[in-house]
Amino acid sequence: MSGVTRVRAHAGWELRLLLRNGEQILLMFVIPVALLIALRIMRGGEIDVQVPTVLTVSLIATCFTSLAIGTSFERRAGALKFLATTPLSRLELLLGKALATGALAALSFAALAIVAVVMGWRPDVDWLGLGAFVFLGGGAFAALAVLLAGALRAEAVLALANGIFVLLIVFGGVVFAAADMPPAIGTAVGLLPSAVLADGVNAALTGGALPVGALLVLLAWGTAGALLGRRTFTWD
Amino acid sequence: MSSIPALVIEDLVVRYGDAVAVNGVSMTADAAQVTALLGPNGAGKTTTVEVACGLRAATSGRVRLLGAEPGTRAVARRVGVMLQQGGLYPTARPLEWLEYLARLYPTHADPSELLDLVGIDPSTRTTTRRLSGGEQQRVKLAAALLPNPEFLMLDEPTAGLDPLARRNLLEALAGRRDAGTSILLTTHQLSDVETLADHVVVIANGHVIAEGTVADLTGANDAMSFTGPPFLDLARLAGSLPGGFRAEELRPGYYVVHGPPSPQVMATITTWCADQGIMATDLAVGRRTLEQIVIDAGSEPS
Repeated sequence: MSGVTRVRAHAGWELRLLLRNGEQILLMFVIPVALLIALRIMRGGEIDVQVPTVLTVSLIATCFTSLAIGTSFERRAGALKFLATTPLSRLELLLGKALATGALAALSFAALAIVAVVMGWRPDVDWLGLGAFVFLGGGAFAALAVLLAGALRAEAVLALANGIFVLLIVFGGVVFAAADMPPAIGTAVGLLPSAVLADGVNAALTGGALPVGALLVLLAWGTAGALLGRRTFTWD
Repeated sequence: MSSIPALVIEDLVVRYGDAVAVNGVSMTADAAQVTALLGPNGAGKTTTVEVACGLRAATSGRVRLLGAEPGTRAVARRVGVMLQQGGLYPTARPLEWLEYLARLYPTHADPSELLDLVGIDPSTRTTTRRLSGGEQQRVKLAAALLPNPEFLMLDEPTAGLDPLARRNLLEALAGRRDAGTSILLTTHQLSDVETLADHVVVIANGHVIAEGTVADLTGANDAMSFTGPPFLDLARLAGSLPGGFRAEELRPGYYVVHGPPSPQVMATITTWCADQGIMATDLAVGRRTLEQIVIDAGSEPS
């Protein structure tokens, strides 16, 4: 019985429960597709810009909102506490969660990409750049999700994770780019993980120059979230 | 019966900030025996169990479970745990939950057979959050039994169970014990303890106040008790009693006279009360019940 077996078992378990949850499906698939259609209707052209925006929304929904809410309710139910008494270590649990979240993000990405291609999207993909931004961006948001879920009551996490999600999408440099905001506000917004992720995903899918510095910002958010989460996370 | 300790706790202290939850608990749970941890709410039972299964760190003290540090993987695969609160994925079905858990252990029982054993239909598609409280308890018990554990820790295992399910559970636990499993359980169902426990540890205010077999605890304190107005002058009562007898007020208005009961001593107590103009009520003679021991534990000064 190896650690790999336990991580795979836990990843499969998480994925199975996530895919069964209607709210998760709504958050990760239905809302991003609806957003893409809405953007197409409201703004017309610019599908090359709109698809990366929606993919960023989907990634934040999967790696932050959904993960934070799911983990907080597992914590409230005592499920994580029970798992801590089994041979599954804390690291294996987190790796399993990360794998399941990554798989879900990939499924969500693929579904959205198919819808977008049907709508006429023809991306110029920098796969390495896209991979780097998705990995570091998803990791940063996942760390922030665990930070939130491990320290607050489930009801508070539910409200906060949804509220922060909407704020980040609307005012966090995703739907409206930080560069288009007044300079003082734009500079601050440009340091949010949502804004740098949106910039990076956009650049990686449109053949633009990759904002390499943005990767460092994501790394900093992820590291800070993980270190704080490690200090504040409790089983119950 | 073996007397090798499966769990050894020495001078355990657990603090939450300024609050002391466990204040110097020392106890053992012998192999292939059922050890019951009793005490009033807030006594420190659950905290002690959580330290013993590696969920919580001790502020100080030493804990050895099956000869090793609690919480390590080597120990976790040999131990089954049933938490007092929670421990289930609300959206999971019982069988899939156990099948997932089975993949975490090197050896395990058959999940379907275990669910049958605890009276849950393995084919049910009902998620655990829609099960009744008693059914959830049974699924939790099945999860604790899944790894065929050498040591079982059960925090309030019979809470919410109907009488038949409770009897079945007690029989199942007795069977496990007879097959060599060591069991530590906390419960407020004292009849369960009288039925099952080989060894009882009573804690109050974070420390052990009594331990032994049920017979030791209920029989060792031959006593007479009565209730009356609080703060009686017990020195004067003691002066009226034969040598070797001792009187104490365990909680306001509840008095215990320690010593072998006899008609003469009972008469002395009631006469003394009458002389004080006091009506002694709830006069009781003989062995204390476990319930009385736990009630007395709740009256222990902090």
